[in-house]
Amino acid sequence: MDFIETRNLTFFYESEEDEQQNNVRNVLDSVSISVKQGEFLAVIGHNGSGKSTLSKHMNAILLPTGGKMYVDGIDTSDESRIYDVRRKVGLVLQNPDNQLVASIVEEDVAFGPENLGVEPEEIRRRVDSALKAVDMYEYRLHAPHKLSGGQKQRVAIAGILAMEPDCIVLDEPTAMLDPKGREEVITAITRLNKEQGITVVLITHNMEETVGCDRIIVIDDGKVLTEGTPHRVFSQVDRLRRHHLDVPQSTELCSRLSAIGLNFSNLPLSTEECVEELLEVLG
Amino acid sequence: MIGDITLGQYYPAKGILHRLDPRIKVLLLMASIVLIFCTFNFYALGIVTALVIASVIMSKVPLKLYLKSMKAIIFVILLTAVLNLFYGAGEPIFEWWVFRITRAGIHNSIFIAVRIVLLVMLSSTLTFTTSPTDLTDALERLMKPLGIFKIKTHEIAMMMTIALRFVPTLLEETDKIMSAQKARGADMESGNILKRIKALIPILIPLFVSAFRRAYELAMAMECRCYQGGSGRTRMKQLHMGARDAVAIIIIALVTAGVVLCNIFL
Repeated sequence: MDFIETRNLTFFYESEEDEQQNNVRNVLDSVSISVKQGEFLAVIGHNGSGKSTLSKHMNAILLPTGGKMYVDGIDTSDESRIYDVRRKVGLVLQNPDNQLVASIVEEDVAFGPENLGVEPEEIRRRVDSALKAVDMYEYRLHAPHKLSGGQKQRVAIAGILAMEPDCIVLDEPTAMLDPKGREEVITAITRLNKEQGITVVLITHNMEETVGCDRIIVIDDGKVLTEGTPHRVFSQVDRLRRHHLDVPQSTELCSRLSAIGLNFSNLPLSTEECVEELLEVLG
Repeated sequence: MIGDITLGQYYPAKGILHRLDPRIKVLLLMASIVLIFCTFNFYALGIVTALVIASVIMSKVPLKLYLKSMKAIIFVILLTAVLNLFYGAGEPIFEWWVFRITRAGIHNSIFIAVRIVLLVMLSSTLTFTTSPTDLTDALERLMKPLGIFKIKTHEIAMMMTIALRFVPTLLEETDKIMSAQKARGADMESGNILKRIKALIPILIPLFVSAFRRAYELAMAMECRCYQGGSGRTRMKQLHMGARDAVAIIIIALVTAGVVLCNIFL
């Protein structure tokens, strides 16, 4: 069994009104996916596709109304083990302002391990190493409200990191950030994945952010539309567009060029690849 | 402008009072307040005054800040002093219509004025030299014994921590909402008081809605970080009592002894 696995995961918000009118809409409809240990997975989909709902299942904030969700072999519906699940999978939310609890950076990062009852010296060690891992160590005594959005979000990541989870799920962590903050956050999580081997699940609707990941799952209308490596997923430009999803700008450019007769061996994802491909085709 | 409000008036400096254990500071402040109101003659009052002056100097906080906190209550001091002037038993020194001033009245009014001044000065040294987080920390630990009366001390401290954390965030938000409403033509600067209060409604409603949304999200974030209330929780920052805390306790004990002796023998 893989680290995170869902089997026909189905979820809908229960409300009596809807039930009477018999129009319950499944937010997630029989989703079966898996996340391997150490993988960098991106989940994309537009607003309302159910991708955020999926992320909240991964650490038992939401529980399936149908099907099963397993984290490291633990069924998340097992209420007695809910904190085991949350200790293994940390969830970073969209708005960094609403995730920070304390008015000093290092005390906020300490909040998670304090809740777990970790020894004081060990908390200190974890807080320092978590802050160093996201490059925020020199800000440890600052007040969160004086930091930039990207810095706040990195503190939020450190707060999860200090609980030493196996996997970090980030629910649109860059949606409220400026381009600089966005880059800081993506760099930080990429480094965590590559250097510390932490499994990363990045939920996003910004296609450019998914270029460096191992695998992409596309969710649309509560169902898995397609999955595969970035190259494989983004080569289906027309299919994605039919579901109102974008592709990275370089892919878009080359796909339009191929429509007017240029032949690309494969569609590029990043600017560098794009330049290379163009040089090859044109030169 | 609205962001300039500093909380708890903490003044970062490297004075010895800044480095005292916050729990000791809170306890010693309480003891000293009792002491201030247990001075029954000028000698005792003198000793306590010396203590307060010494701590003001040792706090390394500019005197200007103390005077500022004094300014806010100067009216209260004058009022109580004047009222006390006329309430004294004994032989009147001065009498006119219903007003009579006695020796005891003058004595009382001087005492009450000096006591209030000392009280405010000493309380200010605590808030100037202790950061809000240290203060909530100290209060949580000092309140712990109240747990046996089923008082949720951890929850109270947690609420204080979160409130302190969100004051600047909400102030910033208020600023934004005000600008947004002004851009839509809201007028907050003219009209009588009633009109101005009414003009606050379009600011308060969005602020409340957003505060509730924040609360909901924060609760979820805290759950993500395994928050399960106070039981089984450890703290990173441990408070340690050191030699300087012992010295502080001894000083207050000596002052107390001095005051008691003055009260009895002089």
